[in-house]
Amino acid sequence: MNAYVSVKALTRIFDVSKPWLNRIIERRQKAFLTAVSEVDFQIEERTTYALVGESGSGKSTIGRMLVGLLRPSDGEVEVEGVNLATETNADKVAEVRSNIQMIFQDPYASLNPRWRVRDIIAEPVAARGGETEGLAERLLQQVGLHASDAGKYPHEFSGGQRQRICIARALASEPKLIVCDEPTSALDVSVQAQVLNLMSDLKDDLGLTYLLITHDLTVVRHMADRIGVLYLGRLVEEADPKVLFETPKHPYTQMLLDAAPRTDGFGREVEPSQGEIPDPINPPSGCAFHPRCPIATDLCRCDRPVQRKIGDTVVACHHAT
Amino acid sequence: MTTPVLSIRNLSVEIPTRGGVVKPVDGVSYDIAKGEILGVVGESGAGKSMAGNAVIGLLNPPAHISAGEIWLNGTRIDPLQGEAMRRLRGKEIGMIFQDPLTSLNPLLTIGDQLAETILTHLPVSRSEAEKRAVAALEEVGIPGAAERIDSYPHEFSGGMRQRVVIALALCAEPSLVIADEPTTALDVSVQAQIIALLKRLCRERGTAVMLITHDMGVIAETADRVAVMYAGRLAELGDVRDVLTAPQHPYTHGLMASTPLASLGQRRLHQIPGSMPRLTQMPDGCAFHPRCPQAQDKCRQAPSPDLADGRASCWFPMMAEAAE
Repeated sequence: MNAYVSVKALTRIFDVSKPWLNRIIERRQKAFLTAVSEVDFQIEERTTYALVGESGSGKSTIGRMLVGLLRPSDGEVEVEGVNLATETNADKVAEVRSNIQMIFQDPYASLNPRWRVRDIIAEPVAARGGETEGLAERLLQQVGLHASDAGKYPHEFSGGQRQRICIARALASEPKLIVCDEPTSALDVSVQAQVLNLMSDLKDDLGLTYLLITHDLTVVRHMADRIGVLYLGRLVEEADPKVLFETPKHPYTQMLLDAAPRTDGFGREVEPSQGEIPDPINPPSGCAFHPRCPIATDLCRCDRPVQRKIGDTVVACHHAT
Repeated sequence: MTTPVLSIRNLSVEIPTRGGVVKPVDGVSYDIAKGEILGVVGESGAGKSMAGNAVIGLLNPPAHISAGEIWLNGTRIDPLQGEAMRRLRGKEIGMIFQDPLTSLNPLLTIGDQLAETILTHLPVSRSEAEKRAVAALEEVGIPGAAERIDSYPHEFSGGMRQRVVIALALCAEPSLVIADEPTTALDVSVQAQIIALLKRLCRERGTAVMLITHDMGVIAETADRVAVMYAGRLAELGDVRDVLTAPQHPYTHGLMASTPLASLGQRRLHQIPGSMPRLTQMPDGCAFHPRCPQAQDKCRQAPSPDLADGRASCWFPMMAEAAE
């Protein structure tokens, strides 16, 4: 097993300042939002790595940096040992890029309504001058639709079928890595099951590697081989699914698992944790979770915890045992 | 037996379209008792929100109630129009929508919005209304309620906004609250806070709640009884524990089995083939038969039976031993 993707000290800072004239008139400083802060992880070949977190935790930003839609502010992303942000050999970059594809959350917004399905699916290959004859028909069958659907427009399909078209498009250039950003969040439960099963089958058949970005813990538990939990742009815990769900180490992971509603939790009374994710422009000092943490001490308010290994779990907490 | 707070009898909603009349809600009946939380669950397009909107009189024309009756505390309310309905709405029935940002007026402070609702429905003075507004905010757990009463909705976070919406829905002390996907737009940890709040307030006041959601987990933890809807019809209605652990309708069974938790440790998830039929292309007979693993000739010809004499609207309900 070797790491297909390697992310080291990845950081992304957005400039959210007001325009310069407003800053002078209103005497404001520049404002920066740290969406991702020093995140490290590796994705083994042919596995599914899941990033979970609530809104504003930076999970989508990491996905976008991985496929090259955003440039990292600091740190690096290496895919197949090539750093796509700094590599100067254009051929090498093009080759690695063609091995990365992405599936987005909203299958209504990510398909061009004026294109036929055939053209949508063939585009990643056509853009590089490849052979597209019969490609769309073959891929449509592979994702469980009919070859005759290739002549239709996106509006003729339901949400689940559209997500299948998005998957077919992602498969067109025969990628090795697919970044899936909330692939089933817009879908109903019964359709979600169909899409997740399709994703598992394709992974086995084609030897794909997935980066799965989602907020849904039940999906993560079913799909992932390795899970990273994000809070306010920081990786707070990383473990295998069984370990993470049975013995969560970080207080945030514990809170998250506790708060998730369960289909067998009849009459369960949870004592919900207080507070919400803080403002990422002015994150709390020290450990970002300390204002909501039940076991926080002065140490947590001053020092940002470094990642430690406990057994097979990597956790960033001063007090985790 | 006391009169239920809300009683829906054979409710149907129709929308005339160019392609013919469609029925997003078709012969639905259920009751909600005082202090009871009824979960209404179903996938998108099942008609669960449409039924809620029909109760509070918020159907968008040309959608209209075509048959059936709605009773609130022993009074029939479906024929009410205009002013009479407006007085009922907010006073007797509170409504909580999915997106807290669009259900609050961005140009008014939350104090003004609360006071307006209280003044409209309760015979109190302006200063008394303002006092009650602060109390309502305190009750939903907004810290520093007295200071924040003059804030605008955009100054609150998503979870806090939803608390304000709950305060608004409850401030005139309604006997029924319709909560339409109240936590779908929120994060998991905030969702738990809002659900706990809703449960506590309704228990304390004895408010009946219609909780509309697609999340089976939320239903299991919150509702007393559950109504499962499919393609505008009630598929199954019963005690939440019975319905979720031993479903009788094949659709409920499939829905429960396809949640990832149910298939824990299995490589593949259980899946229901196909998707919900479009309203314009409803199949004959039982609406679920094209996707049903145990459909027989009878299901293809006769519409599914009414719930009156059973828990599930199915010709061949799954009994405990038949369900896996």
